[in-house]
Amino acid sequence: MIRFVAGRVLWAIPTIFVVSIAVFSMMRMIPGDPAAVMLGDLATPDQVAAMRDQMGMDAPIIVQYVRWIEQIVAGDFGRSILTNDPVLPLMLERFSVSASIVVLAVLFATLIAVPAGMLAAWRQGSFVDIGTVGLATLLLSIPSFWLGLMILLVFGLYLKWFPVIGYVSFATDPWRAATFLVMPVLTLTLVEIGVIIRMARASAIEVARLEYITHARAKGLSEAAVMWRHAFKNAFAPTWTLLGLILGGLLGGIAVTETVFTLPGLGRLLVDAIYARDYPIVQGCILLISAIYVLVNLIVDLCYPFFDPRIAR
Amino acid sequence: MIAARSHRRPDFNAAFGGTVVAMLLFAALFGPGLVHYDPLALDLMARLQGPSATHLLGADEFGRDLLSRVVHGARVSVTISVLTVCLAMAIGIVLGTVAGYAGGWIDRLAMLLNDSLLAFPGLLLALGIMAVFGASVGAIIIALGLAYVPAVVRVMRASVMSLREREFVEASRVIGNREITTMLRHVLPNCIAPLTVLATTMFGWVILSETALSFLGLGVPPPAPSWGNMLAAARPHIVQAPYLIIVPGLCVSLTLLGINMLGDALRDWLDPKMQAS
Repeated sequence: MIRFVAGRVLWAIPTIFVVSIAVFSMMRMIPGDPAAVMLGDLATPDQVAAMRDQMGMDAPIIVQYVRWIEQIVAGDFGRSILTNDPVLPLMLERFSVSASIVVLAVLFATLIAVPAGMLAAWRQGSFVDIGTVGLATLLLSIPSFWLGLMILLVFGLYLKWFPVIGYVSFATDPWRAATFLVMPVLTLTLVEIGVIIRMARASAIEVARLEYITHARAKGLSEAAVMWRHAFKNAFAPTWTLLGLILGGLLGGIAVTETVFTLPGLGRLLVDAIYARDYPIVQGCILLISAIYVLVNLIVDLCYPFFDPRIAR
Repeated sequence: MIAARSHRRPDFNAAFGGTVVAMLLFAALFGPGLVHYDPLALDLMARLQGPSATHLLGADEFGRDLLSRVVHGARVSVTISVLTVCLAMAIGIVLGTVAGYAGGWIDRLAMLLNDSLLAFPGLLLALGIMAVFGASVGAIIIALGLAYVPAVVRVMRASVMSLREREFVEASRVIGNREITTMLRHVLPNCIAPLTVLATTMFGWVILSETALSFLGLGVPPPAPSWGNMLAAARPHIVQAPYLIIVPGLCVSLTLLGINMLGDALRDWLDPKMQAS
């Protein structure tokens, strides 16, 4: 068990390392003097010189990288070119919006799709099964931004059930904040249901063919007991891994949903920063999102033995 | 999985998916020659006009013909996707083959790098590359091509590893063929099945990602039509002209549905071992 945990944690380190090198070199690949790039168009030569000094541009590239990592680890992601605000607090504030949408959507999608997928597997070949799989394939094919726009059109503009533009934080008015989140969460929930149903169904079918399930049935256990006590935990394990990937993937693509519903999230911050060439923010957002992605998948993997104890041996 | 496939009616998947993909390719190749309007021609009189006899699907916020733009958009999406898949395949096949063939520390180092890149969400990596190069068609192809290389490397390496110790590969060596000949004549042809399945699936991913990037304003630069930038441009007019949102969105969704179903069918036929997920 300890070996498993240590091995998994050690695996995450080179990943973070490669990601950080990618983000670091990204900034050096932009044409022009990196210090001038980091300061934007309006910087004076003096400021650029000061920035060069601060970035340690005269030192060898490896030294520059190490210094940069030291600053990041200390929580210093630099300052925005446009507003001169420190990047980290800005990102954390925006992150809370994105995280609440993504986490709620994955939670709802799992609660709906896992039972649906297992039901389809249990009634394999029936109309319930064909209908569920068909629906899943359909949902899988609709791009989130289009589904979002259609939901906005129907529930926001025609039925006027939910506010269309704007955002209020939970701290100010929890009820109104919730009304702003309904449509984005619904969109992402529907989009992810398709993927999860297909995975849950495929793994449940695979498990259902194994001998120990036949054995459990032969013992005279009820179908419900067989499904829940014996099939579920093993069938859920691959889906659990998928959930980690989905959570990270959603975070990576969250800008799209936030654009549809004009929400002030991390993805929107990143895209706006790309437009504005506000590179410290671009760098910070990409680094933060990838770090969270790696972390989430690490946690998911560490929980895996709970579903399948053989893994930890 | 075997039981899962028996009833999944790959015939229906193949027929529907194949038809949709054939229609898409037809629209991309010949469509622009068949529509009357220039997709960039402005006609302020027709501004935000709904579907009519003159503009079959209506006109956008500059009076440009929507049908013409949708058809030209298909050409843009298909061109980008085909080139992107080719780029990812070319790089991925070479790297995957080298890793699978070499084994040892080269393989381990390559896989470490590869898994780290897989640890980047695809769209985020593409956003990062677009931030460096700026929005253009060439940048999209490079960005998405690189983002999908790791998936090809994984599949290619696994295929090569399972093949390289097989008898017929061994036999090719024994009769004195050089490694490179063995590789090209006996190993690569046997990787075609899983690569075809992957290429089909990737074609769908790339269309989706390109549309998403264009929707964010970081893909195909306007005024060139792409389904993604059409959706972005139509968003402010969603109330007056919902058809501007509905039509390009339906095109993307139908395309992706067709590709996904074709991919499922291909997987069932060509590559029974690959997991349907």
